[in-house]
Amino acid sequence: MTENYKMRVSHLNFYYGKAQALHDISLNIKKSQVTALIGPSGCGKSTFLRCLNRMNDLIPSGRVEGEILFDDFDINAPSVDVVMLRRRVGMVFQKPNPFPKNIFENVAYGLRVNGVKDKAFIESRVEESLKKAALWDEIRDRLHESALGLSGGQQQRLCIARALAVEPEIVLMDEPASALDPIATQKIEDLIGELKENYTIIIVTHNMQQAARVSDMTAFFYMGKLIELDETDTLFTRPRLKQTEDYITGRFG
Amino acid sequence: MEEKKIFELSFEKALCRRKRVQKILFMLFRIAALINCAALFLVVTFIFMKGWKAITWEFLTQSPLEMMTKGGILPCIVGTLFLGIGAIVVALPIGVASAIYLNEYARPGKLLRLIRLGISNLAGVPSVVFGLFGLAFFVIWLKMGVSIIAGVLTLASLTLPVIIGSTEEALKSVPNTYREASLALGATRWQTIYRVVVPAALPGILTGAILGLSRAAGETAPIMFTAAVFYTPNIPASPFDKIMALPYHIYVLATAGTNIEATRPLQYGTALVLITLVLGMNLAAIVWRSKLRKKMK
Repeated sequence: MTENYKMRVSHLNFYYGKAQALHDISLNIKKSQVTALIGPSGCGKSTFLRCLNRMNDLIPSGRVEGEILFDDFDINAPSVDVVMLRRRVGMVFQKPNPFPKNIFENVAYGLRVNGVKDKAFIESRVEESLKKAALWDEIRDRLHESALGLSGGQQQRLCIARALAVEPEIVLMDEPASALDPIATQKIEDLIGELKENYTIIIVTHNMQQAARVSDMTAFFYMGKLIELDETDTLFTRPRLKQTEDYITGRFG
Repeated sequence: MEEKKIFELSFEKALCRRKRVQKILFMLFRIAALINCAALFLVVTFIFMKGWKAITWEFLTQSPLEMMTKGGILPCIVGTLFLGIGAIVVALPIGVASAIYLNEYARPGKLLRLIRLGISNLAGVPSVVFGLFGLAFFVIWLKMGVSIIAGVLTLASLTLPVIIGSTEEALKSVPNTYREASLALGATRWQTIYRVVVPAALPGILTGAILGLSRAAGETAPIMFTAAVFYTPNIPASPFDKIMALPYHIYVLATAGTNIEATRPLQYGTALVLITLVLGMNLAAIVWRSKLRKKMK
């Protein structure tokens, strides 16, 4: 049973200085599924996401309590190398953030920093990643042009390709479509559907329709607490709690 | 009815006054900005009018002759380039490394506050104090003697705060999302800095370097006790040679021993060369920066 879980979070607390942002979160993430985190602004869903690849290490006053098991090891254990963790737990950010380099170098970056030198390997991996991100056909002739010349939607798919190039097992997505127009959003959503075969995906979204469309499991966060976690169909049609129902029907938030 | 009219009238009146206040203030701001331009324009025109007659091929390529009343200023031009470039070669690596430490690594705390206090005070030290420090420390205590190397090190200490400041600004302007993206791919912090952050900050860093260089090239006080001499006809061959330099040469011609009136045109000529050199460097910095920016886009 536990083998189905890629990540097991138990009794997670997170503090910004003295302010507690996450309260006793326990939540298991199933392998090869899409888990959506929903909830109003400031409810802690992004903070939670950033605990999973220890991006919160960058916050000087941040403090974590509790246990996050990735496969079988605790990612906050002193023996864990955060660089290795982040290679295996990729991340796509809210605003597309390609480097001011050309398209090819953006995707190759993760390979290069992880010590890959073999040119042929890098080339084939870049192509493969861009294909997985459904971007290859659009930019195959422009690989050596600047990534900043792409449209917002293309930039975000480039960031997905960049994350996929280092073969992560989990991909964290922090509102990946919130800065994009509806057509670009559609493409990202289609992509998520295709990627979940090979990757475990955790996505933060403000958009409940999006959560309903792309995810298998949905977790509802409110005021730094996990209120309800269920299969997406169940959570959106027969939520167990009144609070969840109020939120998904738009009565507050 | 009456009340409404009163309100409208006072509103009209206030509106007129508000607009007038805005108009006057904006005019004052514009004048303040123009005064800057005018100051630069006046200095450059004045020096140019007085100095351009002195500029000849001979002036730029020969050593001074006949108690400096004739001949050229080649040793001074060479000396100033040596000092300026030397100062940057020394100060740039130290300055950039310090800025990277301060902006990318250092955790907030007492040590960081102390270092920042040191740097901002260093920036406020008058240049003649740097000159005396250079004399006491490099020339006498480290036994370098009056030499290029002592002058270079003194000028480097003077330009350090400039370089640290501009590099920090440049690093701060690199969006945090670049750092996050890089770290999230499994890059170490150092890889993130040298592969993403520094390249993105490079235009700003280089601008700071060239501004520091032109600052160093124009200083007189720090080199008068440490590197520059009254007269030496030779182009220096070793870092321990004494040297002539443009700013100090102007000072010498204008104040010391020789026939001050007779050398007046040469003084303006030297000043014109110095100002052209410094403005030229600044211009080069601007062109270089905009090229780098374009390349990044």
